[in-house]
Amino acid sequence: MKWLAIAAIVASPLVPVVAGDFYINLASQVLIAAIFALSLNLLVGFGGMTSLGHASYLGVSAYISALLTSRYGFGHGSAAAISITGTVAMAAFFGVIALRATGLGFLMITLALSQVLWGLAYRMSNVTNGDNGITGLTRPAPLGISLDSPASFYWFVLIVAAFACLMMAIFVSSAFGSSLKGVRDQPRRMAALGFNPWLVRWITFMYAGFWGAISGLLYVYYHKYIHPTSLSITSSAEALLGVIAGGSGTLGGPVVGAAVVLLLKNYASAYVERWNMMLGLVFLFIVLVMPTGIVPGVSRLAAALGRRSR
Amino acid sequence: MQFWIIQGLNSLSLGGLLFLLSSGFSLIFGLMRLANLTHGAFFMLGTYFAATAMRSYDGLNIWVTAIGAGVAVAAIGGLFERLVLTRLKANPLGQVLVTLGMSFIISDACLVLWGGDSIPVPTPQNLQAPTRVFGFVFPTYRLVLVGCAIAMAIVLYCLLDRTRLGAMIRAGVDDPQMARAVGIPVSNLFTIVFCLGTGIAGAGGVLGGPVLSAYPGLDADMLPLALIVVILGGIGSLLGAFVGSFIIGFIYTFGTALFPELAYIILFLPMIFVIAFRPQGLFGRVGA
Repeated sequence: MKWLAIAAIVASPLVPVVAGDFYINLASQVLIAAIFALSLNLLVGFGGMTSLGHASYLGVSAYISALLTSRYGFGHGSAAAISITGTVAMAAFFGVIALRATGLGFLMITLALSQVLWGLAYRMSNVTNGDNGITGLTRPAPLGISLDSPASFYWFVLIVAAFACLMMAIFVSSAFGSSLKGVRDQPRRMAALGFNPWLVRWITFMYAGFWGAISGLLYVYYHKYIHPTSLSITSSAEALLGVIAGGSGTLGGPVVGAAVVLLLKNYASAYVERWNMMLGLVFLFIVLVMPTGIVPGVSRLAAALGRRSR
Repeated sequence: MQFWIIQGLNSLSLGGLLFLLSSGFSLIFGLMRLANLTHGAFFMLGTYFAATAMRSYDGLNIWVTAIGAGVAVAAIGGLFERLVLTRLKANPLGQVLVTLGMSFIISDACLVLWGGDSIPVPTPQNLQAPTRVFGFVFPTYRLVLVGCAIAMAIVLYCLLDRTRLGAMIRAGVDDPQMARAVGIPVSNLFTIVFCLGTGIAGAGGVLGGPVLSAYPGLDADMLPLALIVVILGGIGSLLGAFVGSFIIGFIYTFGTALFPELAYIILFLPMIFVIAFRPQGLFGRVGA
């Protein structure tokens, strides 16, 4: 398992060398979905806070960047900074509301909030252009390097994704990450030990919003287009499915899960039109058959096989 | 003056509609501690049933349709509960996720079966004539909707408060383990309540049909309204669902009429206030 992960990391920069444009683009999408799923996993896996509204952060940051660059003539750098700041501020506000509750209440509030944003994106058509979405967007050119070719964009996303993985790995293995896991498992004991469970959760909520915003920027750079569906419950649910299918509370799980969901979506939509129905069926399958996820499941299988061969 | 009265009546009728939607949700949550995210889809299924039945059989009575659709949707809900949800008893998160998966399946199936265009549900003929209220003309059917909600509230109240079944349900809500110990078949109750809740949603979908008409995405429009109503009123409280429905009915109607662009934001302001000052909702109990 560990060797498989290392092999994937070593092979990842080589994708543009060996693969065609279609696969390079697919790989970029997988990486973006992986960052998004990892950020959600901070809440679901490490914080025990199941959010069904994570698409809010991806969508809002993408919308802010799209509006600023296309309509108000901002440069990509300042637009990105504003959209990240704005999204984290929104996460801070949403966190204050949603963290009044835990468990199912938290889930329902995050869902309701994200549905409100989705409704706004549809209805406020003079700002968001409604169902038509915002078209004609451009990609940034960091350090003067154009990202318009699939390969250059892939490398850009790869660098961001590597950094994101590193930062999130540091986050969960830090002392703060330990207190987060403590709050997830034993909130009362943690409170008795002098930790503030609410604050720990709130900071995590904002941090997850931050990486959600980053994946939103990459998302809008990749597609050069934004539509209200990016804020929809389907979008949140796909990410949550990725996290749970891969294995929540692990670092590799959400990456694998997000890749599986994205590849499934791409290949399935080539053959069947009914992606939503398939998404629903996959949900039922994963929850009923593989409740702990692919990565822990396969690790356990590998461990069992290893024992037997010895 | 006319504006306020007409919009006030509109608010009442939307409130009635919301109660038909959210009472089942609240009921299911109260007993099963399950956020049934399929609820909007079950409601939409009822509306589509009505659209098909009432358009193919001219003059079909809407009450008969509502009962028929309610039973049909309750049967689907019961199957889902027996086949899927009971397997996930120890896994509340898994239960929510399968209800979400189920809602995707149902809404996509509706899209396949009924296509992407919206299908109007005819208003019953004997209710088509407008009524004069305080000298203002108002569609009769919308007033009837308020009556339906009140009737439903009374029926549910009597069921929960005055019958043996209701006593067992309340016992199951308060302390499922103890209820099991004294011989109440709690898992059968779960099925009954799930059927009842989804059945109300299906029947509510029929009754809401003439106002809303059946269209893809109806489920995604209704689910957040149900969530907001129950979060506001207190999750699992029938009275809370009733009061919450009418509060949201008023806020949404006047919000849309006065500030059409901001209606969605205005909709969730009361929710924020309630969560900030009374997280369990207006009529919810602590620890619910």
